Amino acid sequence: MSTTMVAALNTALRDSMRADANVHVLGEDVGALGGVFRVTDGLAAEFGAQRCLDTPLAEAGILGTAVGMAMYGLRPVVEMQFDAFAYPAFEQVFSHVAKMRNRTGGRMGLPITIRVPYGGGVGGVEHHSDSSEAYYAHTPGLHVVTPATVADSYGLLRSAIASDDPVVFLEPKRLYWSAADFSPAEISTAAQVPPIGRAMVRRPGTSATLLTYGPSLPVCLEAAAAARSEGWDLAVVDLRSLVPFDDETVCAAVRATGRAVVVHEAAGFAGVGAEIAARVTERCFHHLAAPVLRVTGYDIPYPPPMLEKHHLPSVDRILDAVARLQWEQ
Amino acid sequence: MTVLDDSTAPDLVGPPNSHGPRRDPAPLLPDPEPVRILGTPAAKTFDAELQRELYRRLVLGRRFNQQATTLTRQGRLAVYPASTGQEACQITASMVLRKQDWLFPSYRDTLAVVARGVRPLDALTLMRGHAHSGYDSYEHRIAPLSTPLATQAPHAVGLAHAARLRAAADPEAAEELVALALVGDGGTSEGDFHEALNFAGVLGAPVVFLVQNNGYAISVPLASQSAAPTLAHKAVGYGIVGRLVDGNDALAMHSVLSAAVEHARSGRGPVLVEAITYRLDAHTNADDATRYRSAAEVDAWRARDPLTLLERHLRAAGLLDDAGVAATARAAEELATEIRTQFDNPPDPDPDSLFTHVYATPTSQLREQAAELAARLDADADAAADDAEDEAR
Repeated sequence: MSTTMVAALNTALRDSMRADANVHVLGEDVGALGGVFRVTDGLAAEFGAQRCLDTPLAEAGILGTAVGMAMYGLRPVVEMQFDAFAYPAFEQVFSHVAKMRNRTGGRMGLPITIRVPYGGGVGGVEHHSDSSEAYYAHTPGLHVVTPATVADSYGLLRSAIASDDPVVFLEPKRLYWSAADFSPAEISTAAQVPPIGRAMVRRPGTSATLLTYGPSLPVCLEAAAAARSEGWDLAVVDLRSLVPFDDETVCAAVRATGRAVVVHEAAGFAGVGAEIAARVTERCFHHLAAPVLRVTGYDIPYPPPMLEKHHLPSVDRILDAVARLQWEQ
Repeated sequence: MTVLDDSTAPDLVGPPNSHGPRRDPAPLLPDPEPVRILGTPAAKTFDAELQRELYRRLVLGRRFNQQATTLTRQGRLAVYPASTGQEACQITASMVLRKQDWLFPSYRDTLAVVARGVRPLDALTLMRGHAHSGYDSYEHRIAPLSTPLATQAPHAVGLAHAARLRAAADPEAAEELVALALVGDGGTSEGDFHEALNFAGVLGAPVVFLVQNNGYAISVPLASQSAAPTLAHKAVGYGIVGRLVDGNDALAMHSVLSAAVEHARSGRGPVLVEAITYRLDAHTNADDATRYRSAAEVDAWRARDPLTLLERHLRAAGLLDDAGVAATARAAEELATEIRTQFDNPPDPDPDSLFTHVYATPTSQLREQAAELAARLDADADAAADDAEDEAR
């Protein structure tokens, strides 16, 4: 018996709605259809069309409405249908969602969860495969979370919905159909509910440390397995939360090996990996045997699906980066 | 010509009506001319006490605008977008609301905020620059002043919708709540205005949108902003009621807004009200309005000053005399004095407040940055103390 990430996210929404009548879901096609990825499947049937609301097709309006609902004490969970479809809502995100607690001197927090299916590798045509995490991570006032495992997708979504601050919850589309050995009924009890802001060492290692998140975690684990034949024992850290950033876990994992590669599929320039490389260098400089390297998507608009395999970080590109970590000294 | 047997005739009428309702737009349409009460028979039956109260509040509102503008000249406010000439809109927008209702103001609506009971200093905090919002939004049920245009309009829809959801879930705790969102003519061009009206129409949310059409978005006249017959006509496209009113006629404003608010409160859906008014002052103290509008135009509107119109009417109706005018003027001066007193003490915002309300719990990164700034300020203070000691020797 196994559970997919989609089913785990669905269970997290259902459990959150059962636990707290203030939790409301709204977005495009989230009702009868259950969302284009079926993450909201069955919620309208169980909780009614008002608590799982099909909205007009307008992302700023969806999020702006959610802001007003949160002001009144509800906990809206907004579904943005695709990464690039969330852009019309940016003004609401940047000018209101992220700032409301600050601009009201702490009097008005907005417990909104903004779910965004993101990333490529699924053969999507234009505007369906963006990695938009850096836009959100650059904006103070938001938490930015992205699960990479089925269990985390359940636990982190529960934590996001329970958070008193707005959380941008980035769901790696590529992992939606990945599965874990839980039954759908077990996921509620079997999965841990991790706090937001804690990274997780997914694989201990001694040679070098791969720092990654979301859709790139399985690629890094695969690279680490392949690296054994090269004689490298790679540690893999799953950041899980980009904001707040877990400096403690990341630095400990890098100091333990003295070498680090950051891996993500978003464009590298001014991306989250640049921030991570800078933070690691600032904090771990005297433990480093080599510069912190990055393996990222190229600095290009997301390519058409037939070319995306060249753009996405691959096992080979990761191993090439590891090979450049100045081993002969 | 062949006469077809009905039973075999193809359906030439069209597809079944599966694409939503077809509604008669007529009830949604605004009157061709703005609603006016001053100078009409309706003025004679308008509640006398309410008329006097409107006059008093308009006079105080005008004095507030003048005093705030003066504060900018003295450097005690960073900027002030005055609503001079729009006081009838500002005052009535607050007066028609009940305690449980919410107001969603834009940056030009400080007077409406004060009219709802917020201390002038707290309403002007944003313009003073020592914090972003100076009043408790939950205590007063007023959202923070919104600078990005029309972005607060969908918030009004969401809040009003949430109140109805909660009322349905728990009828005993039901608040018959209305949200009133204030937008300008320029703001109606923003996408958020469109999305808010569309959501309000679809959800049937108890919201009133008041567009204060003062003719200009900073310098751009309405003709360059919209080709709509009137801004009130925009309501029809969203299936909501549109109303057009003379924004300088305080009695008409009170009457139309009251009806709109009660329409929304009674569950009959949202209302869009367009008030035709004029900004007698420039956009802000930093603006030069002579570059885009003529003195003749301003003079013509000055003759239709909402205060002048109301005072003339009240005197003619025997509801106001010289003594009443003088007493109200004294009250306005008392307000001005009170405002000046509130601004006597220069603000001293705490640098640590930079970090305290970004998140419910500060991140480790923000704690580090707060400590860094605190250490720097301590070092600066120590250095200043050392300097003072050296000089004393």
